[in-house]
Amino acid sequence: MIDSKLVHSTPPPITKWQELTSAKLEHEHLMMNLQFAKKIVTLAAVFFRWTWIELLQNRDPLGRQSVSSTCTPLGSTMIHSLFLINSSGDIFLEKHWKSVVSRSVCDYFFEAQERATEAENVPPVIPTPHHYLLNVYRHKIFFVAVIQTEVPPLFVIEFLHRVVDTFQDYFGVCSEVVIKDNVVVVYEVLEEMLDNGFPLATESNILKELIKPPTILRTVVNTITGSTNVGDQLPTGQLSVVPWRRTGVKYTNNEAYFDVIEEIDAIIDKSGSTITAEIQGVIDACVKLTGMPDLTLSFMNPRLLDDVSFHPCVRFKRWESERILSFIPPDGNFRLLSYHVSAQNLVAIPVYVKHNISFRDSSSLGRFEITVGPKQTMGKTVEGVMVTSQMPKGVLNMSLTPSQGMHTFDPVTKLLSWDVGKINPQKLPNLKGTMSLQAGTSKPDENPTINLQFKIQQLAISGLKVNRLDMYGEKYKPFKGIKYMTKAGKFQVRT
Amino acid sequence: MSASGLGYNEQGGEAATEQGQEATPTTAPSVPAAFGLFSSDTKKNEDLKQMLESNKDSAKLDAMKRIVGMIAKGKNASELFPAVVKNVASKNIEIKKLVYVYLMRYAEEQQDLALLSISTFQRALKDPNQLIRASALRVLSSIRVPIIVPIMMLAIKEASADLSPYVRKNAAHAIQKLYSLDPEQKEMLIEVIEKLLKDKSTLVAGSVVMAFEEVCPDRIDLIHKNYRKLCNLLVDVEEWGQVVIIHMLTRYARTQFVSPWKEDGVLEEENEKDFYESDEEQKEKDQKVKKPYAMDPDHRLLIRNTKPLLQSRNAAVVMAVAQLYWHLAPKSEAGIVSKSLVRLLRSNREVQYIVLQNIATMSIQRKGMFEPYLKSFYVRSTDPTMIKTSKLEILTNLANEANISTLLREFQTYVKSQDKQFAAATIQAIGRCATNISEVTDTCLNGLVCLLSNRDEIVVAESVVVIKKLLQTQPAHHGEIIKHMAKLLDTITVPVARASILWLIGEYCERVPKIAPDVLRKMAKSFTNEDDLVKLQILNLGAKLYLTNSKQTKLLTQYILNLGKYDQSYDIRDRTRFIRQLIVPNEKSGALSKYAKKIFLAQKPAPLLESPFKDRDRFQLGTLSHTLNTKATGYLELSNWPEVAPDPSVRNVEVIELGKEWSVALGKAKKEKPTEKFYSDAEEEESASTTDTESESTSESEKEENGKEEGSSMENSESSSEELSDSESESKEGTAKKKFKTIEESDSDDPEKKTKMISKKKESSGSSGSESSSTEESSSDSESESDSESDVESRKPKNAIASKRKEMSVPERKASTKQDVSLLDLDDFNPVSTPVAVPTPAILSPSLVADLEGLSLSRSSVIDVSSPIFVPMKTHELLHRMSGKGLAAHYHFSRQPCIYGNQMVSVQVTLTNTTDQKLENIHVGERKLPAGMKMHVFNPIEFLEPEESITVSMGIDFCDSTQTASFQLCTKEDNFNVNIQPPIGELLLPVTMSEKDFKTEQGMLTGMNETSATITVAPQNSTRLVLLEKVVKAANLGVVPSGQDNIHRFAAKTVHSGSLMLVTVELKEGSTAQLIINTEKTVIGSILLRELKPVLSQG
Repeated sequence: MIDSKLVHSTPPPITKWQELTSAKLEHEHLMMNLQFAKKIVTLAAVFFRWTWIELLQNRDPLGRQSVSSTCTPLGSTMIHSLFLINSSGDIFLEKHWKSVVSRSVCDYFFEAQERATEAENVPPVIPTPHHYLLNVYRHKIFFVAVIQTEVPPLFVIEFLHRVVDTFQDYFGVCSEVVIKDNVVVVYEVLEEMLDNGFPLATESNILKELIKPPTILRTVVNTITGSTNVGDQLPTGQLSVVPWRRTGVKYTNNEAYFDVIEEIDAIIDKSGSTITAEIQGVIDACVKLTGMPDLTLSFMNPRLLDDVSFHPCVRFKRWESERILSFIPPDGNFRLLSYHVSAQNLVAIPVYVKHNISFRDSSSLGRFEITVGPKQTMGKTVEGVMVTSQMPKGVLNMSLTPSQGMHTFDPVTKLLSWDVGKINPQKLPNLKGTMSLQAGTSKPDENPTINLQFKIQQLAISGLKVNRLDMYGEKYKPFKGIKYMTKAGKFQVRT
Repeated sequence: MSASGLGYNEQGGEAATEQGQEATPTTAPSVPAAFGLFSSDTKKNEDLKQMLESNKDSAKLDAMKRIVGMIAKGKNASELFPAVVKNVASKNIEIKKLVYVYLMRYAEEQQDLALLSISTFQRALKDPNQLIRASALRVLSSIRVPIIVPIMMLAIKEASADLSPYVRKNAAHAIQKLYSLDPEQKEMLIEVIEKLLKDKSTLVAGSVVMAFEEVCPDRIDLIHKNYRKLCNLLVDVEEWGQVVIIHMLTRYARTQFVSPWKEDGVLEEENEKDFYESDEEQKEKDQKVKKPYAMDPDHRLLIRNTKPLLQSRNAAVVMAVAQLYWHLAPKSEAGIVSKSLVRLLRSNREVQYIVLQNIATMSIQRKGMFEPYLKSFYVRSTDPTMIKTSKLEILTNLANEANISTLLREFQTYVKSQDKQFAAATIQAIGRCATNISEVTDTCLNGLVCLLSNRDEIVVAESVVVIKKLLQTQPAHHGEIIKHMAKLLDTITVPVARASILWLIGEYCERVPKIAPDVLRKMAKSFTNEDDLVKLQILNLGAKLYLTNSKQTKLLTQYILNLGKYDQSYDIRDRTRFIRQLIVPNEKSGALSKYAKKIFLAQKPAPLLESPFKDRDRFQLGTLSHTLNTKATGYLELSNWPEVAPDPSVRNVEVIELGKEWSVALGKAKKEKPTEKFYSDAEEEESASTTDTESESTSESEKEENGKEEGSSMENSESSSEELSDSESESKEGTAKKKFKTIEESDSDDPEKKTKMISKKKESSGSSGSESSSTEESSSDSESESDSESDVESRKPKNAIASKRKEMSVPERKASTKQDVSLLDLDDFNPVSTPVAVPTPAILSPSLVADLEGLSLSRSSVIDVSSPIFVPMKTHELLHRMSGKGLAAHYHFSRQPCIYGNQMVSVQVTLTNTTDQKLENIHVGERKLPAGMKMHVFNPIEFLEPEESITVSMGIDFCDSTQTASFQLCTKEDNFNVNIQPPIGELLLPVTMSEKDFKTEQGMLTGMNETSATITVAPQNSTRLVLLEKVVKAANLGVVPSGQDNIHRFAAKTVHSGSLMLVTVELKEGSTAQLIINTEKTVIGSILLRELKPVLSQG
């Protein structure tokens, strides 16, 4: 009896409130003209009230004089302003969270940029007489945050990266053109991400509820119906105890995919022996499940994982005690976990590079030959192989013949790249030829370093294996998929 | 307005709709094409005004979008203010938002007009929807118009008492805004901060601490009472808030605790562990007061609670924790942060840069921390230069005798790098290694000399400079090197290098007597063309030669001095004048010229090659000031540790008193807490299952039992299963449980609240009873509930709806309070968000069960610990009388819940004196326990008469493992090493549960948590009684009544963690049986399985 009462009586009041609010708003709109008149009345009331108070306090009734004096920047903002600058030095977007900072502050940045010659070398923190400029460089755009007071620099940097990630998430790519085209959405998103310079909503799930990302379909619908990008339903995520998950998620096909991607960072020396090698891995998930699923993911060999960092959804205690990942996933794509494989485990290097690069003192010709071959690949094919090398300045041109794939050499940047593709163990890919050197210059001190990229599907080089994935809390049977991949991270061969 | 927007418009209105597909919000597809034709700004703004005046929302929206586009580009749109501000009350949310954006940007410039919008916000502040209230407050406080300061103040005050934590969060943000607008409001704002600091919502914590840091960072006294709460909430606060709180707590801790660094040697893990051990440990401690430093438990709490955050994905959080450990943790513990910091090096270049700088500072002081990660700092050719140099810096700091050879080999590669700036830095690094590690000085010097023949000038110059420094430290054998360098003067053009060579020749001119004058001759020729730096050194060289070898060089020197006299640089003219006066004897220069030789050729101290990060440690790590190496505005100095810790009791929030009172009131035979409140308190905050909460739950269940003594076990279990599902719904959203727990803990701040808590607990356990068949009980329960109802309600964040619902039925209200407990009230505005659906217990995930363990609800009310069915009298030998010099000791497991601690196994030790003398002072000496294990020893026995024996009891927390507890049994004269290894069956406490519950629990513990085996059962064991007897003899299990004859079920929980252990024996045909064990503790499960097998199969 009591039970049934409870169930019936709970929901109605809530919906009623919502109706009420919207009805009220509508009314407001209809009475627009009337309202203006009303507003003036209220305004007058406000004025009267405050003039009175001001008078009591014996101050200038409008307080205007004190504006300049009391508005002195006491530095109550973490991030004061944000400027977006493209590679040619144009400020194409600015946003201020407090009073406006003149864009001339960016001159200090341009100075530093000039000094650094390369974009990568621009110092992330630039002090100026009154401000500090913290910047990150991504997608050929500098995101320059202006701050005024002491703040942990990583706080700002991490936040700026989060902004870039959000843009990428919203628009697919993050480029100057896209930002310019979506300037209103960008502005709205920035408005939600920071309040008074302090991060407010940074979870993309929540943001997407607040401001819908533009899609082609929606743009069409918007133009026809005049509806908007802004979510009409107020978001709940921020207030829920699972702030990273949207509520009311529904899918017809319930799927959960997990990609275990491992990257090998290695430095191989001239003779082919490994100087340093480590495996860093991530588990990226794409979870499209209805409702509030509670997932657990367990590994066959969790000991392999040495140092891990989690998405906030993962229950830390559970990992500590049982080495099981237990979490309520966010909706959509997210990085569940990144890990480092303990240093004790020797890293199996899946490829080798044989190289013979030599410059001769007298002649202006140099020899160049490299061969790439598989090594310890557990029977899997190495694919997507790409060799790049920054040749010394003295190299004018190269005439090379590859046994497979395409190669290019840019005589301006001196960058050699060779798209090898798959490695066929029977017929190892090989690139051979000569380099022509600038006449008169002496031979370079150092042979170029070779950077390697490759992919191996269906293999996690560390041997990590997912044992099982279980879902609780929901009744349907989801489709579960797990993929393994090994990639080259920062893989360098010194020659 | 962007050019692209205009472009589209020019193509005409008809096409606009199709264009809209790719068109962006900035383009105005429905705008009449005519707009595009206007080119002048004022005209365009006229159009915008018209659009804003129009009745159509779409036109307004387009106008607003274009205006926002203008703002984004930094164009002035202020003249549109009157037209825009009218739309502040627009019904369309997007228009409204864009108007807000506009207002925040221009309100400061157009104050009079901005006031037009204020009333709208004031009205919205009263809106029943919390999000509308919050956003109104947000915009209102962002309008920087001084006139509205009083309105803002009022709004903030009101919002800070709002029922919605989200609104309170926004109030905290508004505090900072108001403070920067009008610092005169400081005192009032501090009051609000004080109030908000007491807030228990994780949502508010970060923002209010931020406000605290801005407004009154010096009011450390406001933190005291909230310190423990903040520590406990920390894990659940959002990541940005975590950073701020950690930095604030670092400063706080530096003022409140004494330094843990004073004797890091003495301070060991054990010491700290003692501290957290339960009360009895304390007495023992008193006996050996020798330990001079004891870490304040609050200090420890902070260090412990921040550790999990090292696993955060947010680099700023990790760095914040790292600096906290660096500045606060005992030196031996700071090492744990290095791994996480090294992990951050995989991140973006900017993050790397900052992290590397901090590591560089750390690695100077404590090499050991990063030595294991040496290879992670190896440089890659693709790194940006600034990263390369930072890495190099760290590598140099980490260099020592052991790794220098590998490092030098690595450096050789770097020297050849195409990045010459980096190559030069490497040479510097080699120089530093050479001076720091004497073994390799020669090797380095030789290497550097080789580099002198390098083709690159920068490399050579750098080498010269470094060699100069090295030679100074090693003034012995370098005639050859100097000669070599003198030759280089012809080729090198870099001023620093030339100057260095000249200085060297001058300094050691007596060792190269033939070359030096010749060099001077050459330099005199080129003097006028040299750089200032070089000129000064030429003058120096001249002076030195004049003093040592005036015969050959007198004229040359005078020539040079004459040249210098007319130099353009006054610095050089000055120097020339000074030298001339000093060395050339004349009438005026009397006294000093005698000493000229001493002045010029004095022994010069060797330069110290130091890291540029040497003095950075004066700044707190992770701060902007540290990165810049200058004090940034607003940097707050980290104070030094106080000599004597300020009174720690300021952080006390009366809770222990109450807990005690309470347990006494409930008639719980619990040991008195020690007088020192701290220990118990700290223990209370212990992570997994706290004594306090556990005692709560036990007493609670006891209470329940008392309440319905006559209630059959069947009924009991039914109600408990109900309860389980209840609590499940409550804790459905992952972290809710954690939060819930922390709330409970922090709730205990206040005695009153505590009582409320209790009543509420009673209520929840009672109400679960009410759902069962007994109606009488339900009525009485609801009565007690309504008693406590009002105050519970008033305390909890509630909202308009909650209060509206007050009229509703009792259980209804119960539900609402329950939700309030889960911290965030969702029920307010979106019904979908509230996971009301109560899933059946069958799909309760094990994770939830695990998470629930820590809570005081659920577990103990589901399953009650029962008394053991059988207590084996089997004793184990602890100490044989022969090896014990007459002292014999035996132990057995009494299978009683241990009185010393909930996680301990009680062990009875019987000590017998087999000698013919009195044995005096028998006590437990040094203990060697595996990590995590704890032990409560018996009180020392003063004496034991011959042939007499005594039984004492001990408590050991085996941490649910079969590891041995080793300790010393001491008499007055001797020490004997003894150890106790528990049989697996003794690590359990039997529980009673119904068959139904058993099945439910078993259903949850499948998969990995299940181990099973098929065994052959000896025929005599197949009868029920024998089987039961055998099993309970082997392990401390409780028997679960079974409906089937061939299936026997046993249940227990592990002593330490309280995990369930379910054993099923299913007898099958042909004297085989299936033995199944379900438990989360799979290791123990499998060991138990192994032990039970022989018990059943053997006769």
